[in-house]
Parts: sequence; structure tokens; C-alpha cells
Amino acid sequence: MSRLRAGLARTRQTLATHVQGAVSPGRTADEAFERIEEGLIACDVGVRAAGEIVAELRRRARASGVRDSGEMVRMLRSIVREILQPVEGRLALPDGVAVILVVGVNGVGKTTTVAKLAHRLQARGRSVILAACDTFRAAAVEQLEILGRRVGVETIRHRQGGDPAAVAYDAVRACAARGLDTVIVDTAGRLHTRANLMEELKKVRRVVTRAVERPPDEVLLVLDATTGQNALQQAGVFKESVGVTGIVLTKLDGTSKGGVIIPIAREIGIPIKFVGVGEDVEDLRDFSAAEFADALL
Amino acid sequence: MFESLSEKVQLAIRRLTGKGRLGEADVSEALREIRVALLEADVNYKVVKEFAARVRDRAVGREVMGSLSPARQVARIVHEEMSAIMGGADQRLVLSPRPPSVIMLVGLEGSGKTTTAGKLGIYLKKQGRRVILVAADVYRPAAGEQLKVVGGQAGLPVYAGAAGEDPVTTVRNAVLRAAREMGEVLIVDTAGRLHVDEPMMVELEEIKKVANPCEILLVADAMTGQEAVNVASAFNARLGLTGVVLTKLDGDARGGAALSIRAATGVPVKFVGTGERLDGLEAFHPERMASRILGMGDVLTLVERAEEAFDAEKSKEIERKVRKAEFGLDDFLEQLRGVRKMGPLDQVLAMIPGLARQAKKVQDAGCDERELARIEAIINSMTKAERASPSLIDASRKRRIAAGSGTTVQDVNRLLKQFEQVKLMVRQIQAFEKGRGGAKQFRGPLGPLGRM
Repeated sequence: MSRLRAGLARTRQTLATHVQGAVSPGRTADEAFERIEEGLIACDVGVRAAGEIVAELRRRARASGVRDSGEMVRMLRSIVREILQPVEGRLALPDGVAVILVVGVNGVGKTTTVAKLAHRLQARGRSVILAACDTFRAAAVEQLEILGRRVGVETIRHRQGGDPAAVAYDAVRACAARGLDTVIVDTAGRLHTRANLMEELKKVRRVVTRAVERPPDEVLLVLDATTGQNALQQAGVFKESVGVTGIVLTKLDGTSKGGVIIPIAREIGIPIKFVGVGEDVEDLRDFSAAEFADALL
Repeated sequence: MFESLSEKVQLAIRRLTGKGRLGEADVSEALREIRVALLEADVNYKVVKEFAARVRDRAVGREVMGSLSPARQVARIVHEEMSAIMGGADQRLVLSPRPPSVIMLVGLEGSGKTTTAGKLGIYLKKQGRRVILVAADVYRPAAGEQLKVVGGQAGLPVYAGAAGEDPVTTVRNAVLRAAREMGEVLIVDTAGRLHVDEPMMVELEEIKKVANPCEILLVADAMTGQEAVNVASAFNARLGLTGVVLTKLDGDARGGAALSIRAATGVPVKFVGTGERLDGLEAFHPERMASRILGMGDVLTLVERAEEAFDAEKSKEIERKVRKAEFGLDDFLEQLRGVRKMGPLDQVLAMIPGLARQAKKVQDAGCDERELARIEAIINSMTKAERASPSLIDASRKRRIAAGSGTTVQDVNRLLKQFEQVKLMVRQIQAFEKGRGGAKQFRGPLGPLGRM
């Protein structure tokens, strides 16, 4: 929490500055609300969501006759919390063998997230094996292996350029053979607009589905908190293609705001399960709407 | 969503049509939509505000010029202002007159520095430079390994320090060695870092001191949101950036980051990266980016690629045939092959104004290389006479062609229908062009497609 807060501190200043500066005696209400809207846009909340949040704030402020900036911040916070609460999600893994697919565009932090997740699940009593399905990017497999060794889990790999679905299949088999219970599949980064690469990902999903006779238990979409409105597109397309069950919002330790999860929550409604708040393996936290709203404001 | 927004902008601008003078209310209305489009494209909100104010100043009260509709006039002001913000003229890489020239790549984690190092290496190698890649990322597991693989693919030597060596030492040694071995350009791939990470920023300053680089390029993800400006400003304040490489522009990100960074820091965008293949690096053209952000397509890049892919003589011949209605299936195939040479169909379509949407449909329908291969097979299974005059093709011929190409009669029918549509479209476009009376228009070697 303190880390998340520290990470969002700059954001908080901006938004707080905006709200406090906005609600001052010399300003009309319209100007004040316009500035609050700007503050939200500066956090990547997006024009539409920012507009609607401010409209709601205006309605509530009018209804309760509030003009005090502190009260306004509290109101704004609760509006954000109300938007995010319905998408607060937790990992849902069965008792037996579970498969988690980790997907996303290039450079969002999938491999790091896989290692953090492995560490977290091991600490909670599960036994994890990793599938190095990024057979495309140079040295991606080595990166996962090194991170896997650090958290004490084995990585199933093929040669570079191999079929990712085959790696996933082997990892599922290896998991059963070694008496383990959780496979985390690290996939190659791909832009959601590349139809053929999305097909490849669907194939990984199909092969896993066949191997365990049910769809993957979790398909986690990793989103970079630095990303702007394009994250909406990413969430929409990945959800449609591979049935995303949850979002991991990474790189929240920077000055990035991750405000784009607000329109994602409103428009797409994928549960948000984790936030990444640092480079340490411990730095994967449960997502909490209340904490996020507090830290954002 | 972006597509519909850019359509909204164009609609807003079009609403101005029929006015004699641009009134304040007209311009404000159009600007409101443009403001939304820019914000949705992740252009920094402060930049948007200033931009809107400047366009308003220039547009309000202006008399509508004779030939130009008010809508086009506002669109032109918007486009001009946007190109100006992005840096006006194209910005080139500046290498040191005394080799070795050092190019430092810096940026946040995951922005694409290592891939960019390989791409930039190939770009310079193609210009005849001897390039060495330097691995200065000692933090991310297997980062050096990745650069070695990239270097191998690019056919470029990679210099990496001993295990545990600090990156400043590695870079210092690399520069000394390059001087000895007549290396011309060193591309230093630094570790990704947060711009607020003090020790890591100090490291970059030290690398800069020992490397004395002629270019310090910020590698920035085109999908970055409002934070792009803060990131660029921070790196610029510490290091004095000479340029920006905008990566991952092959997705559907509008690239508002480019506009914002240039506007807020004055640092020009020099390159854009598209795709993971190592040849996916292009010089940045401000004007084209302005078109992309406004959803106006990227006709200039299209023309360039078309010129590379098409033989000018053949194109003239095809134009003549189209005019005389001799355009047959052979020519159709020729055109398709040319289009294929220009790159993936969806990328090509996305560059044509108003067709960005179709590009997405093409992609969704999976109508890609495979579809083209099928069309080729069908046409190849026809006789010469059939190709010249497709009206010959009756049911029995269709069955033969389908069997010959391993397709179905329905496939053959669909192709013939598409061909008829293309012919029709070409005629319409010709009529349209005639109507506009010689407006300067891309009369490219592309034949039918070029005039869409």
C-alpha cells in the first residue's frame, strides 16, 4: 500500500492539485469542474470516462450542496471506487492441476509477472512449473529460465522458433508427471492488431484446453500502467480472442497512473486481479478498488 | 473506436461546408470534436489546449477562399499546425565527423530499446557504416543474450563486458576498442529505467560522460499515455536528448505520444519502429504522422512503397488499359502482386485515407496472404482468352477452373465479382477525378488502388 501510494504520489499531487486548485473562491463552478476533468484526463482516464465522472461529481455536489475541496476529493474518490469495485477480482484456481495463461502486447512485463506469480503461488502452497512459450523474441526463454531459477521453479522450454503450443502441451504433461499442480504459461508479446499472432495464441489456448480437458483456469492480460487509451483496444481484442479472465496492471511503481483501467472497468468489465508495484518478486499485490482510488486521489 | 473518432472529426469539419466565413461558433464546434480525437489519441492535455487555441486564432474570421470549402480550410489549418508542432521538416541522424560515433538508446522498461538497437544497426549498415552494438543492460536477465541474438540476426558484432562488470566500464572499453578497430558507429543499448530512479539516471549520466555520444535517442512506446511528456522531459533534463524513436507504431495506437513529446520538450522524433522484424524502422515524417493522428491515412508512405514495388512503364500500360476498358484478369493479378510487395495488405490499406476501417476488416476476415494465394491460383487456372475477357467464363468453365485451382465454383464466382467491382470502382474514380478538374492527386503507378 505504501509502495503503491509512493508510486502514485505524483499522480496524487496532480489530481489533488487539480481538485484543490479547481475549487477556489475566485472560480466559477464550471471552471472548477473543467479543471477536475482535466486532472482525470492527465491520469489517462480518457475523455469519455472523465466527462461522466465529472458529471456524476457535479450531480452529487449539487445534491448535497458541497463546495469544499476536501469534501469534493472524498466524493471523487468514492465515485472512482464505485466504478472499480465490481471489477475487483481474485485468482480462481481449482484444487487439482491448474493452468494460467499470461498474455499481452510487447514490453508490458509478462515474463516478470510470470515469475512474481510463481513466487506468490509457491508461497501459498502450490507447486509451479513454467512454460516458456515466447519462442519468438531473442533470449526470452533464457530470461524466463533465469527468473524461474530465482524463485525456485522449473521451466519447460523448446528451441527458439519452436511451436509455442507444443511447449504449453509439454509443460502440462510435465506438470502431471512431476506431481505438481500449477502451470504458468508465458507467451510472446504480440500487438493485438496482428491477426496471425492472435491466431497463434488461440492455438495455445486450444491445445491447453485439450490437454487438461477444460479451458485454462485463468487467462491473465498484462497491461502496462504507462499505456494510454490504447489499453482499451488491447483489453477488448484479447478478451474476444482468448477469453481473458483477469488483468494484471504492471509498472505502477513509476509515475504512471494506470487511470485507463477506469474506462476498461466501465466499458469492458474484465476483473482486475493484480497490480505490479516494483521489480522485486514480492511486488505483486491483490488489486483493491479502495486502495487504488485512495492512491489515485 | 479511433476510426469512428477520426470520422467524427472529419464530420465536424464537414459540417462547416457551405459557410461563407468561418464564425467563432463553427470553429469551436469543430475544435471540440478535434480536441476529443486528440485526447483519445493520447496527446497530452496541455498540448491539446494550446493547439486548439492556436487553430482557433488562425481559423476564426478567416474568409473562405474561393476554391477551398471551409471544411477543407479548417482541416488544412489543423494539419499544418500539427505538422509544425511535430517538427516541420524531417529530422536526420547526425553522426560525428570523427569516428567512432556513439548513439545511446535510453528509455523506460519494455519500450523496445534492444529491438531498436538491432533495427538502427541494420539501417546504418545499409548506408555502408560499420556498426557495433554495445550491451550496457546488466540488470534484466538475459538482456545481453538478447542483444547478441539480435546482433547475429542483423549480422552486426556485439560488444558485451565481462560478467558483473558495470555498464560504465563496458561502454568505456567499447569506445576504446572501436577506436582501435575502426568501428564507425557504436549503438549503446542501455537498461530500461524509470525516469525517477535517481541511481539509474546517474548511471546514464556517467555513460554519457565516457561515451561522448553524438546522439542520445529516447526510445518511446507509441502506446504511452499522458505520462509520455513527463518521461521525455525527465530524460531530456538529465541527458539532453537529441531525438526520439517511436516504437510499436504498427499497432492501432494513434501515436499521440509523438506529438506530445515534440511539443513539450522540443526534441524531434527521428524514427518510427514498426513490427518485430529488423527491417521495421523508418525515418519519421511529421506531416505523415499528423495525417495518422487525424485519421487521414498516410498516402505519402503508400506512394513511396508503391514506387518501390511497381514498374512505372507497366503502370502506364495499365492506366491505358483501364481507360480503354481492356483491363483483364491478368492485369488484376499483376496489381495484386504489386500490392503484395508493398507489405501486408492490412498495413497497406491502413495508409489510404478512409480505408483504415477496411484494413481492420481485412485483418478480421483473415483475408491476408492466403486469400491472395487463392486468387492467384484461380487466375492461373484460366486460359489466356478467359483472362482477357472474363465474360467468356460459363458454368462449365467455372467448374474446370475450380478443379484446376483446388477451389470451389463459389470461390471462382466471388473472384469474378470482385474483379467487376474493381473495374466499376476504377471507372467511378476516373469520373470523380475528371469532375474535380485536375486537383493535384496521387496519379500513381498503382493504377486502380492508387486512386482510392
